[in-house]
Amino acid sequence: MKTEDLINAIVADAAGPKPRLGGVFAGALVAGTAISALIFFLWIHPRADFLQAAMTARFTFKFIVTSLLAIGAFGLTARLARPGAPQGLWGVAWLAAPTLLLLAVIAELYTSPSSLWAPRLVGVNARFCLVLIPLLSIAPLAGALLALREGAPTRPRLAGGFAGLLAGAIAATLYAAHCTDDSPLFVAAWYSIAIAIMALAGALVGSRFLRW
Amino acid sequence: MGSPEIEKEWAMLMRSALNGDFGAYRQLFVSLVPFLRAVTRRNGARIGIRHDETEDIVQEILLALHLKRHTWDVERPIGPWITAIARNKLIDARRRRGNRTFVPIDEFSEFLSDETDSDPAARSDLDRLLEKLTDKQRDLVRSLSIEGRSVEETARRLNMKEGAVRVALHRAIKALAALYRSGDR
Repeated sequence: MKTEDLINAIVADAAGPKPRLGGVFAGALVAGTAISALIFFLWIHPRADFLQAAMTARFTFKFIVTSLLAIGAFGLTARLARPGAPQGLWGVAWLAAPTLLLLAVIAELYTSPSSLWAPRLVGVNARFCLVLIPLLSIAPLAGALLALREGAPTRPRLAGGFAGLLAGAIAATLYAAHCTDDSPLFVAAWYSIAIAIMALAGALVGSRFLRW
Repeated sequence: MGSPEIEKEWAMLMRSALNGDFGAYRQLFVSLVPFLRAVTRRNGARIGIRHDETEDIVQEILLALHLKRHTWDVERPIGPWITAIARNKLIDARRRRGNRTFVPIDEFSEFLSDETDSDPAARSDLDRLLEKLTDKQRDLVRSLSIEGRSVEETARRLNMKEGAVRVALHRAIKALAALYRSGDR
């Protein structure tokens, strides 16, 4: 087939529907997050002392870190979906969350006696954290990957990895309401592992599923 | 990349096309072809893509530009978007040819002539891929491409509704792009 002939076919197909990438992303993430929120409120529940805990800085801090990570990962994932789009500040914005967490860890080590470090790091809920965060990540990750497929990521593994980071951060934001371990030491250790597992999973799936 | 003037024109044509001006869409693709041929030749020689494979890769890039046109942010320059897609398809092409042994193209350049490009009997990748579509899809694509018929004419000839022709064409084009990607040739 000559290239001119192919252009005939392409132009004939031009009337087809063209999805709006921004809308696709928003829709997929809202749907994925809604499914996870439903699972959370039906089977996992916020912790019993949620209202008192919400008054404490350490509890609130968990949400700040996880939402900051979700925002940063979302911005970069959306950029990675468009070929040739400059990353700009989004290239580094997701690092704000780990940086803030690192500062909180340092503050925790300074302000608490060393006898408390180990119990706070180990916490009481580590195993739940490692199971429930990935579980709550599944629906947002599926949504993000489907949205990315509508895009055209030139680096599928990287895009998938940040989709995983995004899904992990959304799941961690939900899970933080259940988790009674509020020390930055616990968050830095276990939340990070759980979210990293999801980033890895996203990268693995992305390297195959996101090629176009 | 193309000159700033031509990039502005491409951006303008693409904006019109996205707003439903199919004449502009055709103009855009016709204008892109020589540019993509040059890019493919220049970079292809370096990464071990044969001269006579240029047109196959240009066609693959055109399909990708078409299927992914909504990933261009209309507020941004179009040049980097086109280059990123072309680059991606060149890298794919190199990967598919990965286990082939290459000889630097210069050593053979005296035997190469441009006739290989215009040999009417030469069967392109696209022709081979077309054979993998269903009979109906192939008929439809041929009618709309090689035979240059309109959607209306094709619908009448194949005794289909126009909407059904459009849906089937879109599926066929997506299937062709997927066949390229799978390296199934």
